[in-house]
Amino acid sequence: MLALTEIVSQGRRVDCHRPWPRVIVTADAWRAIAGALGAGRATLLGLWGETTTVHMAVADEQVSAITVASIDCPNGMFPSVASLHPPAMRLERAIRSLYGLEPVGAPDTRQWLDLGFWGLRHPLGNLKPSVAEEPPYAFLPTEGESLHQIPVGPVHAGIIEPGHFRFTANGETVVRLEQRLGYVHKGIESLMQGATIERASRLAGRTSGDSTVAYAFAFAHAIEAALNIAVPARALYLRALMAEFERLANHFGDIGAICNDASFSLMHAHCGILREHVLRMADACFGHRLMMDRIVPGGVAEDLKPDGAVRIQDTLSELRWRFPRLIELYDNTASLQDRTVATGIVSADLVRQFGAGGYVGRASGRAFDARKALAYPPYDQLDFVAPILTEGDVNARVWVRIREVEQGLALIEQILQRLPQGPIAAPVTASAGRAEGLGLVESFRGDVMAWVALDGERIARCHLRDPSWFQWPLLESAIEGNIVADFPLCNKSFNCSYSGHDL
Amino acid sequence: MRRTLFEGLRRRPLAEAPPRADDAALAELAAQVDCAARRRLGRSLAIREVDAGSCNGCELEIQALNNAFYDLERFGLRFVASPRHADVLMVTGPVTRNMREALERTYNATPHPKWVVAIGDCAVDGGIFSGSYAVVGGVGNVVPIDLHIRGCPPRPMQLLTGLLALLR
Ligand code: SF4
Repeated sequence: MLALTEIVSQGRRVDCHRPWPRVIVTADAWRAIAGALGAGRATLLGLWGETTTVHMAVADEQVSAITVASIDCPNGMFPSVASLHPPAMRLERAIRSLYGLEPVGAPDTRQWLDLGFWGLRHPLGNLKPSVAEEPPYAFLPTEGESLHQIPVGPVHAGIIEPGHFRFTANGETVVRLEQRLGYVHKGIESLMQGATIERASRLAGRTSGDSTVAYAFAFAHAIEAALNIAVPARALYLRALMAEFERLANHFGDIGAICNDASFSLMHAHCGILREHVLRMADACFGHRLMMDRIVPGGVAEDLKPDGAVRIQDTLSELRWRFPRLIELYDNTASLQDRTVATGIVSADLVRQFGAGGYVGRASGRAFDARKALAYPPYDQLDFVAPILTEGDVNARVWVRIREVEQGLALIEQILQRLPQGPIAAPVTASAGRAEGLGLVESFRGDVMAWVALDGERIARCHLRDPSWFQWPLLESAIEGNIVADFPLCNKSFNCSYSGHDL
Repeated sequence: MRRTLFEGLRRRPLAEAPPRADDAALAELAAQVDCAARRRLGRSLAIREVDAGSCNGCELEIQALNNAFYDLERFGLRFVASPRHADVLMVTGPVTRNMREALERTYNATPHPKWVVAIGDCAVDGGIFSGSYAVVGGVGNVVPIDLHIRGCPPRPMQLLTGLLALLR
């Protein structure tokens, strides 16, 4: 069997793609790559379309070397990846719905993201008027005695995003969960087309508000790669500072919310306070609580406010004092542990197969953190570990977050100590013609991928891949055999993004 | 746990002083809120939040209203799980075509008298997402709006200020 590198080396290299290579491959090579993915010799990072082309980003298992393989499909067809590698399924269904490109041999040909309300089909492909009648969406059949179904959503009971869950249960036990997503599909990729770099960066930062820093960061990486821009050192450190603020705030929020879904609201109340401290610190340092639009291609838009460093030190000592007590509380409350331990287990094999990132992957033994694997600056200069656990249950996902909070506090301190002086942004000058770039950045949830093709000063095509694409399907597996009442708990421990996924 | 609870009792509350009602928001509202309805509701409002297509940034700040700093419940405002229990629908996001029907149904399930508060720049006119094939536009294109609270996302203080106007 050919190694991935060999398959790829036979393709036609595209010169304007940076920093990793992009090659145009034949249908046979495309199938061979899908086979390598299916055999576990490579990890799928993304699969997306362009008017008559399909791209696939793959990496070796350590995700140190990335390649984008592209297949031209002038007749609108390409060999299905999902037929050999099931994690590609939803991505492929989305390509079919958005572009009208047909994955030949696909195991599932139902629409994805398109719920039948757009008034048109294939909005990103060669526009065609809506076909009159699409058969009603068929959920997967379930067979067996005394099964019943519980439909939930799209509007959920809580201040959360919309999506539809179809549970099949036997008494209290969930036999199958099937998700149907796409409700918050905003057509971000179509809005990107023809946008200026500045507008596109703002759009990228609004793909999933909780990861706005990470998205702007990944998008900036893609643009800077495409245009060969060197970012000033101070900006690199300020970006990492923002990224760690964002990680802290979200982890505090999640830890509290998970405990709250196990009816332990005391943790929720206290974690909410810590989260608020972080957001206020972010506001005091960069002028926005979520730090939207603070990272821009070329650098950062806002320097650390003069009294920012003092504010950070104050907040850090507050967090350092309070957080250990909460960990102790979490660890010593038997009734809480009873809910989180051994609940919602995801197997190590599944996270590896799906290439699931973030706490979902790291709680099930997948040692991948983009900050480590790709060591993008300034993380190559910083001292930290990516905590790994193997139990794969709700408890493990809580503990990965707890450990990452501790790492985050130490990282922020290091960044502050080493923060270089100097300019905070380099000019962004577009070149004539096509330039392409890829960025992969670790958000609190996992790796966010941004792929950009520039046509002069404008965006020709931009694809953003949320970590949730490879985590949502695992939630379906995690809940199997658990009781319905534990679903909110499992769901929160994943905290997948709807908006990031739906685009 | 006991220690954490005792400390909680000893500490001064974190809650911010309530903000003054925002004059602009108040003016926008004055026309719609008549005294009778106010008397009927007393100083108590049940809110149902509906994400009609948001990027989830607005949700984060709405959630923050429940933390100890903003402590929404002390004003008699609280979030409920069902639109059937709600007086107010708090709607975020540009309304996506895929969410339009769900928003309409939620609105219809909310008993009269009811108010709709649109949260965030997107909820006004679709914001940065307007013009997309997948977006209807602002919340006002789908259900009647009584109050706008702008911002991307609005800060919790702005949300509080706007909401208090509903009560006064
Ligand atoms: S107003 Fe801003 S934060 Fe709110 S949904 Fe729109 S883009 Fe997101």
